[in-house]
Amino acid sequence: METPEQIRDRLLARFPAAKVELVTNPGTAAEHSLLLDAAHARDIALFLRDDPALRLDYCSNVTGVDWPEKKTAVSAPKTAVPTLVERVDPNALPGTPAPASALGSTRSTPANDSGNYLEAVYHLYSMALKHGPVIIRLRTGNRTDRVTLPSLTPVWRAADFQEREIFDLYGIVFAGHPDLRRLLMWDEFQDHPMRRDYVAPDDFEWEPTPHGDVHERAKGHYPTTEGLKG
Amino acid sequence: MHDEFHGDLLEVSMGPQHPSTHGVFRMVVTLDGEQIVKLKPVFGYLHRNHEKIAESTSYLGSMPYTDRLDYLCSMSTNWAYALAVEKLSGQAVPDRAQYLRIIMAELTRLVNHSCLVGFLFNDLGTSFTPLLYAFREREKILDLFESLSGSRMMCNYQRFGGCRVDPSPEWLAAARTLVEGFPRFLDEYETMLTGNEIMLARTQGVGRLDPAHAVNAGITGPVLRASGVGYDLRKVDGYGFYPRFDFRVPLGEHGDTYDRYMMRILEMRESVKILQQAFRDLPAGPVMDPKAKLRGFRPKAGEAYGRLEGPKGELGFYLISDGSPNPWRYRVRPPSLINLTLLEEMCLGHTIADAVVILGSIDIVLGEVDR
Repeated sequence: METPEQIRDRLLARFPAAKVELVTNPGTAAEHSLLLDAAHARDIALFLRDDPALRLDYCSNVTGVDWPEKKTAVSAPKTAVPTLVERVDPNALPGTPAPASALGSTRSTPANDSGNYLEAVYHLYSMALKHGPVIIRLRTGNRTDRVTLPSLTPVWRAADFQEREIFDLYGIVFAGHPDLRRLLMWDEFQDHPMRRDYVAPDDFEWEPTPHGDVHERAKGHYPTTEGLKG
Repeated sequence: MHDEFHGDLLEVSMGPQHPSTHGVFRMVVTLDGEQIVKLKPVFGYLHRNHEKIAESTSYLGSMPYTDRLDYLCSMSTNWAYALAVEKLSGQAVPDRAQYLRIIMAELTRLVNHSCLVGFLFNDLGTSFTPLLYAFREREKILDLFESLSGSRMMCNYQRFGGCRVDPSPEWLAAARTLVEGFPRFLDEYETMLTGNEIMLARTQGVGRLDPAHAVNAGITGPVLRASGVGYDLRKVDGYGFYPRFDFRVPLGEHGDTYDRYMMRILEMRESVKILQQAFRDLPAGPVMDPKAKLRGFRPKAGEAYGRLEGPKGELGFYLISDGSPNPWRYRVRPPSLINLTLLEEMCLGHTIADAVVILGSIDIVLGEVDR
C-alpha cells in the first residue's frame, strides 16, 4: 500500500485547492494520519473509497478526540516531547515548496500543538484489497461555536452510529448526516460528557418535570434553612 | 368490495425490557399489519461512559473493566485491549503467552457461538432446550476459566506483555479433553437443529444482507462472512500467532439468517481445529515478558489502533497517549453496535416475529453496544 506521504501527494495533485497535511505519530505504532480540510473532506473521502489503487471501502473506526487549549503553565511531561520528529512551523502552508526533511510538510502531533479544537478520526481499510489503515482526521475551528464538520456517512454508512455518538459525547455537528440525534445520552441531555472539561453535575439524575416552577415558588413559603446547615 | 384494505400504521416500542432484545435494547417498530415498514433502534440504556472512566484511570486499571464490555467474551476483549496497548508501547509478548491467548480466544469463541445459537433458537420459539445444551458445554469451559483466572466470566487474564498466570499441566489436560469432546457436542447439536423443518422455514431467505451494503456499513465478523465476504482479521492482519495455524474461514452464500446460523457452527468446528493445534504446539517458557512494566506504566506519546477478530466481529481499541499514566483518548470500536447499522434494512418487509430472529442472528451484547 502507498505510504501516507504518497497518498497526500496524490490527493494534492487531484484536489489542488484542498489542504492535506501529514500528522505524524511519534509513537511505536508510527501510523501517520492525514489531516483534511473540512471543505474538501467529502470529495476526498469519495476519492479514497473509489480510487482503484486504494479502494478504502471499509470505514472501521470513527471517533472524536478533544484537544482543549494548552495552558502554558502546565508543562507537558518529558516523555511527551517527540525526539525523532522534526518540528516545523505549524502555520506553514502545505503545498508550498517541499522542505528538505524526509517527512515533507508536517504538522506537529496533536499532543504537542496548542489545541483548542475537536477532532474526528476515521480509520479506513480496504476489504477488497485487504490493506490499511489509512487514517484521516478532521478538525473543527474551535470548541464552542465552530464545531461543524462534514458528515462522511453518505460515503461510508459505517460512520452512521459512530458520528451520532461523537455528536452526542463531543458535540461535533456533522453536516449532511441523515439522522443526527443523540445516540447514548437521552435527548433532553444538554452537555457533552466526553469533553475533557466536562464536570458531572451533583444531581445528574435530576429531570425536569412540569411542576418545576411550582416547586421553585413554593420554596419562598418555607423558612430559610441556611441557619440549620453547618 | 374494496380491492385492498388500508389500515392505520401502528407504532410498537419493543423493549427496552423484552426477552428477545438480549438486554436493554429498544426498537421502535412501525407496523403495517404484521409487516415492518420502519424500525429505529434506540440505544443507551446501559450506557455508563466506559471510555470516560478509562481515560481517568491508568492503562492497567481499565483491564478488568474491559471484561464488562462483552461479558460473554471477556478473554478476547482483554486480548484486544492488550493488543492495542502493546502496539502503543512496543511491548513484546513471549511465545507461550501468544499460544495461551489463542487458546483462550478460541475457547471464548466456542462459548459465544454455542450460546448464540441457543439464544437464536429461543427467539425462534424452541424455548430453552437448545440453550440448555449450549449452557452445559459453556459451563465446562467457564469452569476452566474459573480455575485459571479466578472468575467464570470476568477473567481479567491478559496483561501488557503476556498473561497473568500459567496454566498447570492438569488444566491443560482438562482443556484438551474438553476440546476433543466438543465435536461430539456439535454433532449432537446439529442433529437436533440444522435440518429442523421449522428452523428452515423461519430462517431461510429471512433478513438478507447483500455484500456490498454490508461492507459499506462496516459489518464485520460472522454476519459479514455469511454474506460471502472473506474478511477475517485472523487471516488479514495475522495478529498473534494465527499465521502459524492451519484453519479455514467459512463463507456464506445467501447472507440470510440461516447462513448466519451455519457460520457459527462452522466457525466452532474451525476453532476446535485451532485449539487442537495450539495444545499440540504449546511451547514451554515464561508467560510474561520479563521487561514488561506493570507499575508506573507510561507509554510514550503517540497513538495506536489495535484490532482483532472477536467472536462478534472486529473489536478494536484506539488509544492516544500523551506520555502520562492515563490514556488521553481511549476508544472501543464495538462490533455489536456497528453490526446493528443495517438492522432496519434487514427487517423491512418482514414480520415482527422475524425481526426478533434477525436481531438474534446478528449477535449483540448490550454491555458492548452501550458501553
